[in-house]
Amino acid sequence: MAQMTINEAIGQALAEEMRRDSRVVMFGEGVATKRPELVKEFGELRVRNTPLAEGIIAGTAVGAAATGLRPVVDLLFAPFLCYAMEEIVNSAGKLRYVSGGQFSFPLVVMTMTGGGWGVGAQHNHNLESWFVHSPGLKVVMPSTAEDFRGLLKASIRDENPVMFFTDMTLGYAKGEVLEGDTIVPLGQACVRRTGRDITIVSYSKAVQTCVDAAERLETMNVSAEVIDLRTLKPLDEATILASVRKTGRLVVVHEASGLCGVGAEIAALAAEKAFRFLKAPVARVTGPDAPAPASHALEQAFMPTAERVVGAVTGILKL
Amino acid sequence: MTETSPGALLESMMLVRAFEDQNRALAAAGKAPGTCTSIGQEAAALGVIKALGRGDLILTNHRSAGHLLARGADPGRVLAEIMGRSTGYCKGKSGSLHISAKDLGVILTSTIVGGELSLAPGVALSLSMQNSDAIVACLFGDGAACEGVFHESLNLAAVWNLPVLYVCENNQWQAFVHRGETMLTERIATRAAAYGMEGVTVEGNDVEAVYGATAEAVAKIRKNRKPILLETYTYRIRGHYEPDDQSYVDPQELAHWRARDPIETLKQKLIQQRSLTEDVFERMRERVARRMADALSFASDSPFPAAAELTTDVYA
Repeated sequence: MAQMTINEAIGQALAEEMRRDSRVVMFGEGVATKRPELVKEFGELRVRNTPLAEGIIAGTAVGAAATGLRPVVDLLFAPFLCYAMEEIVNSAGKLRYVSGGQFSFPLVVMTMTGGGWGVGAQHNHNLESWFVHSPGLKVVMPSTAEDFRGLLKASIRDENPVMFFTDMTLGYAKGEVLEGDTIVPLGQACVRRTGRDITIVSYSKAVQTCVDAAERLETMNVSAEVIDLRTLKPLDEATILASVRKTGRLVVVHEASGLCGVGAEIAALAAEKAFRFLKAPVARVTGPDAPAPASHALEQAFMPTAERVVGAVTGILKL
Repeated sequence: MTETSPGALLESMMLVRAFEDQNRALAAAGKAPGTCTSIGQEAAALGVIKALGRGDLILTNHRSAGHLLARGADPGRVLAEIMGRSTGYCKGKSGSLHISAKDLGVILTSTIVGGELSLAPGVALSLSMQNSDAIVACLFGDGAACEGVFHESLNLAAVWNLPVLYVCENNQWQAFVHRGETMLTERIATRAAAYGMEGVTVEGNDVEAVYGATAEAVAKIRKNRKPILLETYTYRIRGHYEPDDQSYVDPQELAHWRARDPIETLKQKLIQQRSLTEDVFERMRERVARRMADALSFASDSPFPAAAELTTDVYA
């Protein structure tokens, strides 16, 4: 076990995978500038700066992936993905299917989002559900240092395009990371805390909010189970359903807006496949249908808090 | 007659024309989906593709029938793909608009205008990093040259010294809009200078000229590992897709370009040079017609994909 920040865990995963597989290349705006250690070890051909042009960065990754490389690109802040939607959604996501399986697109798109830095709406937008809705893509959004390292390594080894979201305020959070070549498989949720009375499903930064809420609920004699999805697509339905069948109650928590968000899908999953186990309506705690604000006060109001999660749980339990 | 002799190029162009004409007839009869044809652009397609090496890779656009057939694609399998049959190059999952053929080095037909431009630097990057001497040919239209990705792609390929032959098939029409409405310059190749890149325009209806200009550009790219922008100045004789009555097209413009039909022009030239006779031409026509008939029976007799194929090939 080693202690490291999430940013360090990401750097370690990148270095280990580039060492392991010479087909892994990395490029993006300032990638070479910000990761001199990778340039030093792997050379300037494999670690490249690019022009400020998200569309062609993503498109270049798609073309390279189709013909034998395994690119990792950094598109910086999630709202910038809008410039690359064509390449990610229409090319990376669809070209395997329309080619009848002739080509595969092993690439990773890294991006940052999340409230806490006061960067406002054009740098912070939790738009991960857009990509869940797009066929052919996988979507990963971890919460711990170990998962960032293990899931990034798994994403680079995956044969499909993977959207890898980092909540930017998690970057400096420290955590335990396993030694050696350990990966965290895509599509496996993690039960962060076991409980009997209610299931709280979340991902990314909001997981810690939910764990905090569960600790407060414990003092109220409410036993809450907290599930960290880690991968939004493919979704680990089995872990969610097993928990809901056990507790009979479900709250979904995420920072992204609620409308058509991941929480809506999980609520539908519970309704479709665990309805007879449900003892109460499913509740959601999410961001509002509003752009992410820059003002610290508004930004704090945007994000789910432990208080709101506790309130949703006590509402369901009629406490 | 070698594959690139004028006679062979003529017959190849006739094959492409016959293929497109057959598709038009099938679409009009409701027997196949309508397609975006490249009728009138056969010389631009053949001249470029025939000048590439076998290991070179191709990214093209939604008017790709000529490029595919020039590359040696089986007309029966292309038609099967258009008709949604499982024997098509993409198992019927592409239709006419996205056909790729890995075995032929055709990485992509993009129907997103400019999609081919977005993938080109990446394909060339793979070739560079594999120390291959192959190059990428990326074929797009004047419409794609209006997309932002045109700038992004050419700029990145120039900055990274990537072996890309950008081929702009300037066919004067962008879906239902004339090029003259969308840009103040008549030529696209002049834009190359903005990227520190060589730009060349060639008479796109002259297959020998296109072949020669392409061969020269390909040799330079192979040697220098730097991109070149080649513009084939041509004309799309038919509408955006079939069927289209082209009521919005100036009849004089259409007549002007019909008089410059690349197939008829080459035929007359070869007859005048006494390297072709009407008899030989007729035999070419018959061979092409037989291939079209064979293609049609192959495609028509091919099965549709099973419904279970709906969700296969989404993920690797």
